[in-house]
Amino acid sequence: MARHHITTHINGDEVEFLCDTEQTLLDVLRDELHLTGTKEGCATGDCGACSVTVDGRLVCSCLMLGVELEGKQVSTIEGMADGERLHPLQSKFIEHAALQCGICTPGVLVAAKSLLERNPDPTEIEVRFWLAGNLCRCTGYDKIVRAVLDAAADMRGAAA
Amino acid sequence: MTTNDENKTLKWVGSRPNRPDGVDKVTGRAKFGADLTLPNMLHGRVLRSPHAHAHIVSIDTSKAEALPGVHAVITGADLPLLASEFVPAGEAMVNYGDMCRNVIAREKVLYDGHAVAAVAAKSVQIAKQALKLIEVEYDVLPHVIDVDEAIAPDAPVLHDHMFTAGVEPKPEKPSNIAKRVEFKLGDIEVGFAAADIIIERDFNTETVHQGYIEPHACVANFSEDGQAELWCCTQGHFVVRGYCARLLGMEVSKLRVTASEIGGGFGGKTVVYLEPLALALSRKANRPVKMVMSREEVFRATGPTSGAKVWVKMGAKKDGTITAAQCELKFQAGAFQGSPMQPGAMCAFAPYDLENVKAVGYDVVTNRPKVAAYRAPGGPISEFGVESVVDEIALLIGMDPIELRLLNGAQEGTQAAYGPRFGPIGMKETLFALQNSEHMQQPLGPNQGRGIASGFWFNIGGDTCANINVSDDGTVALALGTPDIGGSRASMSMMVAEELGIDVKDVRPMIADTASLGYTFLTGGSRATYSSGMASVQAARSIIEQMRERAAKTWDIPLEAVEWEDGHARPASSNAGEFEPLSFADIARTMAKTGGPLVGSAALNAQGAGPSFAAHMVDVEVDPGTGRVEILRYTAVQDAGRAVHPSYVEGQVQGGVVQGIGWALNEEYVYGDDGTLQNAGFLDYRVPVCSDVPMIDAKIVEVPNPRHPYGVRGVGESPIIPPMAAIANAVSAATNIRFTELPMSPPKVLKALDEAALPEAAE
Amino acid sequence: MRYESPQSVDDAIGLLANGGAGARVMAGGTDLLVQLRSGMLEPELVVDIKQIEETRVITEESGGFRVGAAVAGAELNEHPRLPKIWPGVAEAFDLIGSVQIQGRATMGGNLCNASPAADSVPGMIAAGAIATVAGPKGRRELPVEDVCTGPGRTSLGSGEFIVSFFLPERPARSGDAYLRFIPRTEMDIAVVGAGVSLTLDESGVVAAARVALGAVAPTAMLVQDCSSALVGTSLDDVALQALSAAASAACNPINDKRGTIEYRTKVAGVIAQRTAKIAYSRAKGE
Repeated sequence: MARHHITTHINGDEVEFLCDTEQTLLDVLRDELHLTGTKEGCATGDCGACSVTVDGRLVCSCLMLGVELEGKQVSTIEGMADGERLHPLQSKFIEHAALQCGICTPGVLVAAKSLLERNPDPTEIEVRFWLAGNLCRCTGYDKIVRAVLDAAADMRGAAA
Repeated sequence: MTTNDENKTLKWVGSRPNRPDGVDKVTGRAKFGADLTLPNMLHGRVLRSPHAHAHIVSIDTSKAEALPGVHAVITGADLPLLASEFVPAGEAMVNYGDMCRNVIAREKVLYDGHAVAAVAAKSVQIAKQALKLIEVEYDVLPHVIDVDEAIAPDAPVLHDHMFTAGVEPKPEKPSNIAKRVEFKLGDIEVGFAAADIIIERDFNTETVHQGYIEPHACVANFSEDGQAELWCCTQGHFVVRGYCARLLGMEVSKLRVTASEIGGGFGGKTVVYLEPLALALSRKANRPVKMVMSREEVFRATGPTSGAKVWVKMGAKKDGTITAAQCELKFQAGAFQGSPMQPGAMCAFAPYDLENVKAVGYDVVTNRPKVAAYRAPGGPISEFGVESVVDEIALLIGMDPIELRLLNGAQEGTQAAYGPRFGPIGMKETLFALQNSEHMQQPLGPNQGRGIASGFWFNIGGDTCANINVSDDGTVALALGTPDIGGSRASMSMMVAEELGIDVKDVRPMIADTASLGYTFLTGGSRATYSSGMASVQAARSIIEQMRERAAKTWDIPLEAVEWEDGHARPASSNAGEFEPLSFADIARTMAKTGGPLVGSAALNAQGAGPSFAAHMVDVEVDPGTGRVEILRYTAVQDAGRAVHPSYVEGQVQGGVVQGIGWALNEEYVYGDDGTLQNAGFLDYRVPVCSDVPMIDAKIVEVPNPRHPYGVRGVGESPIIPPMAAIANAVSAATNIRFTELPMSPPKVLKALDEAALPEAAE
Repeated sequence: MRYESPQSVDDAIGLLANGGAGARVMAGGTDLLVQLRSGMLEPELVVDIKQIEETRVITEESGGFRVGAAVAGAELNEHPRLPKIWPGVAEAFDLIGSVQIQGRATMGGNLCNASPAADSVPGMIAAGAIATVAGPKGRRELPVEDVCTGPGRTSLGSGEFIVSFFLPERPARSGDAYLRFIPRTEMDIAVVGAGVSLTLDESGVVAAARVALGAVAPTAMLVQDCSSALVGTSLDDVALQALSAAASAACNPINDKRGTIEYRTKVAGVIAQRTAKIAYSRAKGE
C-alpha cells in the first residue's frame, strides 16, 4: 500500500516524510527522521518517555499516528535548547543531578517545559501531578522536582 | 593502594560538579540501546510462548521464511546446546546449560513469554507478520507458579534432571528445589533457651520487576569472516561478550561489544536475552540486525526478582539483648535455578552482633521468567522479615526500636554469621543520624504511624581496568569498563582530577568497548565507583610516576629527587637543585620530546569492598475507608564511606527508597490460573509515579572504607533494603495490626482492618 | 490499514457504513492505538473524526453545554465556564491518564471504548448527559447510560458514531462531583468510580439525586437505589449509610488484577459517600 506523504513542522523546520498508516508519531520521529532523543519506554502512554508537544499541547508521541501530523507544529527535546544556550530546565537538571540514567530525561524536560509555559510558579504538588505521567525509576523524583522548581524561580527572575 | 591522608583538603572529591555526560542527556544526543541504526540493517522480533509449561513438539518456520522481506528465522536448533556448567557472576552464579535454554527454548517452554523462535526482516511490520506464520505445536503440561506449590510432593517438575543440592543423602527423585544452603553461628537452641520472649512470623513477598524505563535493545553485526560487533544497553559489556561467545560457539576475541548509554538496569541488565539471538540472526542473514523489546516482553521475559516465603524466629531478653535468630527462606528462582536466596540468607541478620544464628535458604524453580539480579539481590526480602520481627521485639518489651538496634547493632569486630569479621562499619552511625534528625520531632496524627528499619549489603569489587591517555594540551581521556548507569563517569573523573591536580573539566571519561580495555566486570554489586575508582586512581598514579620521570629527565636529576604535589613536579628539596616546578600541563605539552605518549593503565582485582549500612524512617497514613497507604515523610541515612559526588549518592538513596516504596505498596506480578502474566505493562504493574511520593530526605554519613584510596563504599544497593520493613512497621504502628505480606496493597490492608474490627478479633 | 479523516459527519457515516465491521472510529486514539499496537484490533479502516468541526467544539446551548465528542480532556478543562458549572463532569474527565493523555483523550472515545472503568462516564451519567448519535438513518439522542451494553460493546449500530454530548442546564442549588479509587495517585484505571449530582430545595434537603457507579459492573450504571437513599435527606449519617449500602448492593464486579469483588463492593460504598458529600457541599454553594 502506498505510504502517506506528510508535510509538517518539527522544531520550527518544515519536514516532509513518508509513513505507513500504522506508524505512530514516535515511530516517525525515531525511525523515519532519526530524531532519537524522544524515547520509547512502553508504547502505551503509561511512561511519558516519548513526550513531545503538538501545536503546543503535551502528548505521548506513541499515541498519535504519523498521518495525523499534516500541517502541525511538533516540538521535541532536540528543539529545546536555543542554539548553544541550554533551556534553563536543561541547565537546572544537570546542576541538580536530576538525572541518573537519563532515559526518561527528554520526556520529563518536554513535560516540565509545557508546565512552566502554563504555570510559571507551580507548587511542589502541582509539579508532582503534572509529571505523574513521566515515570522515572532512578531518581525517586526528588531532584527532578527540585530542578523544575528552581528553573521556574530562575525563569521568573529573568522575566521580572 | 594507599589511602589518601584523611586530613588533606580535597578539591574535587566531595564536591558537586556537573556531570560530563549531562549536556548529551538533556539534549537528546545521548545514544541509548535502541538509538543506533546501521546501513542495510534488518529488524528482529521474537516469538514467545503463550504457555507457562509445555513440550515443544515441533516448530515449522517454512511459511515465515517464505514471506517476502524475511531474511532469517532461527529456533533453538540454530544455537549450540550447552552442558550444565556453573560460572561465577558477581553476587551469583550462572549456568550455561540453563542460559542457552533461557535465551531460546529447546525441549520445553518453561514460562509465559519464553522465547521460541526469532525472525529478522526488512521492517518491524514484516517481522511481526512473519512471527504469525511460525507454527509451533505444543504439548501443554501442568504448571506451577507458587513457591509452596512447587515444593509440594505432587508438583509438576520443571527439570527431570534436577536433584536438590546441599542435602544429604542425595535425593532419589528430581524436584523443583534446586539447592539448600545453611549459615550458622553458635547454637540457636541455647540462644532461644536464654530468651525471655520469642517471636516467630511468616512473611510473603511477591515477584517484582526492576522496571528500568529503557527496554532491552541491541544491534548485532556479524561479518562473513566470523567476526562480530555488538552494540547493546547492558550493565557489563565484557560479561555480555563472554556469554554471547559461549552461546554462539565463537571465540571471545572475535566479538567486540560496545556498551551504549543504558536507560536503567538495577541488576536486570546483567544477563543476556536479545543479544545472542540478534547475533545468530545476523550470522544467518549476513546483515546487521537490530532487536528491541516491547514493554510487554520486558515484563514477561526478563529478569524480575524472586517472590519468597520467609519464616523468621528471634528470641530476646527483657533488656533487649537478642539471644537467637533463625530464618528459613524459600525463593522463587523462576524457570531456572539461581534465585538470590544465598545472599538473602547471608545478609538476613548481618546488621546485628549475634551469638546464635541459623539461616537456611531454598532455591525453588517455578514457571515464571528466570529471575535476574535486582538491587541487593535477596537482601530486601530476608531483611524485610527480620526487621519486622526486630520491630515487634521492641514493641513487646517496650523499648525504642532505634535503641534496640543500637544495643544489638554490628560494629567493628563483629563476627557476621556468613563468615567475615567486620572492619570499620557505619551501622550505629546511621542510627545516630536518624535519632538526630528533625524528622524524629515530627508529631503524628490520627491513622498515622512511624516505622524504622536498618539494612546491610556486602558490596563487591572484582576485575577492573582503567586507562588514561594524556593529551599535549594537558587534558586527559579516561577509559572505563563499567557502564555508567547513574553518573559514575562524574565520580571517576573527580578522583582522577584529584590525583592529577587538574580541573575535573579536563578529564574526559568514556566507556571503552571490549577490544579497547582489559576485562572489566559489570556495573553491579555496588562496585562501579569502588572498583573503577580504584583502577582510575591507580592509572592516575601511574601517570604521576611517569611525569616525575619526565621531570627528572628534563632537570637531569634522579627520580627520587622529584616530588609530585598539587599537580606539579617539584624538586624534593633544595639539594636537588633550583628548578621552576613543572605543571601537569607543562609536562604534557613537551611529552613528545621527553619520551613520547603518556599513558596510564591499571588492571586489578579490587579487594576490600566495604559493606554499607542504611537506616530508614518513614511516616505513613492509612485511609481506614479504602486501605490505601500514603507515604507522608521519609528519611534515609546511608553510610557512603566517602561520598565522591554527594548528589549522586543522594540520588542512589532516593531512587532505591522509591523503588522500595513501590515494592512495599503496589508492585507485584499477577498470574492467571492459566499461568500467564496478567499485568505485563506499566498500567497495571504499578511503579510509583511522581505524585505518589514526598521528597526523600537522604542523609549521608561517612565511615571511610580503609581499603579504598578515598574511603569509598558502594551505595547502589543498600538503600532498597530497609523500605519494605520500615513501611510495614509504620503501617503496623498506624493500625495496630502486623503486616507480613507484600505488597501492602489497599485490598490487603482493608481486609486486615475489617478483620481486626470484628468483635472476636478484638477480644 | 487505511486511514481517513473526513471533514463532514455525512462523509464519516459513509466511510463507516461501507467499512462495516472492519472500520473503527478514532477520536483521541489513546485507547485505539494501544489496541492496534498489541494486535488486539486489526481494523481495515480507521476513521479519524477530528477534522469534523462539530466534534471539536464546546458551545453553550439551551442553558447547558454541547461538547463535541472529540474535544480533548485538556480542552474541556480549559473552557472558561464548563468546569465551574459541571465540576464533577470536568474532574472525572481530568482524571483520565496523565497530562499527556489529557491532550488527546476524548469523551466520545472514553465512552465508546466501553470500559466499565471509564472515568468520565459516571460523571456524565450523574449529570444526565445525552449523546447525539449520527448514522445512516439520521441523528438520534441517547442517554449516556444507554450507550454501553457490556465490556467493549455499545448499542451503536453500523455506520453510527457519537458526534457530541449535551450537558443540560444546571438547576439552582445543585452540585456534582466525581471520585474514584485507585491504588496510586495517578495513572491507574479506576477500581471504583462514583459520580453524584444533587439538587437541593431551599432548606438544604436533597430534592433530586443521580448517582452513577463505575468499575463495579459490566458497564457504568445509574443506581436508582442510591438516588433514593439521598432524596429527602440532608445527607445525615443515616442517609450516607443507606447510600453506602445501596451502592454496595448494586455492585456486580469481577475479580481481576485491579481489585477483588469483595474490595470493590466495600469501597463502592465508601467512595459513593465521599463523592456525595462533595456534591452536597457544592450544591450548598460552599
